[in-house]
Amino acid sequence: MKERIRQNAVPVLFLCMCILGLLISGQNLRYVTQELISRLARNWFLVLSLIIPVTAGLGLNFAIVLGAMAGQVGLIVATHYKLPGLAGLITAVVLSIPIAVVLGISAGHVLNKARGREMITSMMLGFAANGIYQLVFLFMVGTVFPVKNPQIMLDNGVGLRGTIELKYCKYALDDLIRMKLFGIHIPLAPIIVVILLCLGIRWLYQTKLGQELRAVGQDMGVASVAGINVDRTRITAMVMSTVLAAIGQVIFLQNMGTMNTFNSHEQIGTVAIASLLVGGATVSRATVGQALIGTLLFQLLFIISPAAGQRLMGNAQIGEYFRVFIGYGIIGTALLIHSWERATSQRSASRQTRGKTLEGTGNN
Amino acid sequence: MTDSFKQLIDKVGLPRLTIILFLVALMVVATVNHLPTSMLLSNSLVRIGMNGVMVLAMVPSVQSGAGLNFGLSIGIIAGLIGMLVVMEFKLVGFFGLIIALLIACALGAAAGYLYGLVLNRVRGQEMMIGTYTGFSIVSGMCMFWLLAPFRNPEMIWVVGGKGLRMTLAVNDSLAQILDNFWQFEIFGVEIPVGLLLAFGLACLLLEVFFRSRLGVSMKVAGANPVFATSCGVDVDKMRVLGTVLSTALGAMGMVIYCQSFGYVQLYMAPLMMSFPAVASVLIGGASARKATVWNAVLGTVLFQTLLTIALPVTRSVIQGDISEVAKTIISNSMILYALTRKEGDGE
Repeated sequence: MKERIRQNAVPVLFLCMCILGLLISGQNLRYVTQELISRLARNWFLVLSLIIPVTAGLGLNFAIVLGAMAGQVGLIVATHYKLPGLAGLITAVVLSIPIAVVLGISAGHVLNKARGREMITSMMLGFAANGIYQLVFLFMVGTVFPVKNPQIMLDNGVGLRGTIELKYCKYALDDLIRMKLFGIHIPLAPIIVVILLCLGIRWLYQTKLGQELRAVGQDMGVASVAGINVDRTRITAMVMSTVLAAIGQVIFLQNMGTMNTFNSHEQIGTVAIASLLVGGATVSRATVGQALIGTLLFQLLFIISPAAGQRLMGNAQIGEYFRVFIGYGIIGTALLIHSWERATSQRSASRQTRGKTLEGTGNN
Repeated sequence: MTDSFKQLIDKVGLPRLTIILFLVALMVVATVNHLPTSMLLSNSLVRIGMNGVMVLAMVPSVQSGAGLNFGLSIGIIAGLIGMLVVMEFKLVGFFGLIIALLIACALGAAAGYLYGLVLNRVRGQEMMIGTYTGFSIVSGMCMFWLLAPFRNPEMIWVVGGKGLRMTLAVNDSLAQILDNFWQFEIFGVEIPVGLLLAFGLACLLLEVFFRSRLGVSMKVAGANPVFATSCGVDVDKMRVLGTVLSTALGAMGMVIYCQSFGYVQLYMAPLMMSFPAVASVLIGGASARKATVWNAVLGTVLFQTLLTIALPVTRSVIQGDISEVAKTIISNSMILYALTRKEGDGE
């Protein structure tokens, strides 16, 4: 029982914060529900893309940013050719998958070279890739790649605009199945996609590959003795995560309707990881349920914090900064607790073995 | 031929060699295109002096075994506070600068002490924890900037009369005070003597410290903790000391940066500032386990010169400001490269 409370401490704490914030902000419940449902529909897929690397022992995959970039490349192309609705969306996904596969394989190779420092490396990978993304879409489009499209490009003909309106495939998935419940619009199609993904992840863990992923995550040495190709399995995990993130970003942006060309993908990494951690996941353990609940709590906090900040401090900007702070703070705290616990358990383990040896010598 | 080339790569290191070659190429393009070389050199010198102390801050933390200080933003925030206090009370000239440095140093040391205690509990994960501690503090301080009790009307928002502005101009008596101190011109190149002297002094003091008894024990603690413990050196204490020194240097480095830049940028501006500093010391040949004052100096000179020259050179070829992008790509790839090396995690 105690163990159970300890495990669920983070989600419970956040639930309390959400309820408190809701009371303080005094916002219309229908507005909050509507906002929450559309946010969940667009964020769940991205958060779920983080689970597989955690299982494979790669920790929190900050490199989903790479996948998000691939998704954006697909959307940029689809928007450039003015592909409407679902056709545009599918084209974007189809185009982004090969890019995501290549990026995932490279990321996997890099992470295999940086064992024990996977998280910081995946984060730096995201930052470095972002630099290259900027180079391509700010300076090479229009010069190296002969593209002319004043709708998405800057007026001087070089580089993309900072925000691109995705008017051709906006809501393409959301509006696929229209449904209204108690006056609340529910985007059923993205939710069905998320359910399919959840089932897919469940199914994956029952296959041979899933077992291998778990084995590698638990102990690379043992897994390799058991005849599993550890490097390959880790790369597979990265590829799956990156591809899922690419699809997730396309789903995310079709709901947003506008793309911050040079920011959208950066924010995704922090938001998705913080969401997963709020659900009670750790660096070494994450489940589908934690991802779903974590996203719910985190997004709820996101919705209410500006209004709560306005009521509490008389300044909505405070709430804005508060949610940024919560995003970084929750990741920082989770990492801190995890490595703190690991250090303590290592110390107590070494003390135990030392005690045992001492006992042994005593008996002799 | 190939053998000697390989030896050269081994000795200088592939990334450093690439950067030197890139730098040479840029210089050639600059001369061919008749860009004002003297101005480029002056700007490079200013930028070296501006950023040098922050890069130097990496050295004590690496030497003490706490690794590259990805949480340098903590020190940077302390530096910003020092600067803001001086601006609030309208302190001027060298007196103002010294007060700013003192406040920065004190706050940096205090914050560094706490940060060092945290780092001691998370061995092996310092880089990740440092990064996110830095991010959290920078974003948490955004709320502070909004609520902080600053009254100077030149610093707070005109509308509402509360909260600090995004970018504050440093007043004239404080801006570039070090840059202009004893400044002279030679062959059209302006030498910011005061600024370079400050950087040189910081290097010298740090080098002297590392030769002292305490400095040597710190180095030993970083290089071989087991051996250090058996010699009676308190490894944990040395790591805290290294972090304190690093954070305090970072804080003072920020004050020097701000006075030279002429503006104080608040809110999310300091978020990514620790990465170029980390990258600079790596470019200078340091690793997560070994860093010297020389590495910091060389790294700063190479990186800042490259960035200064890259801007006008690329502008003469393509439109737009590519230097921010170049900074992002070079600094992050450099850190990435260092992380994938075996030495990154001890021998």
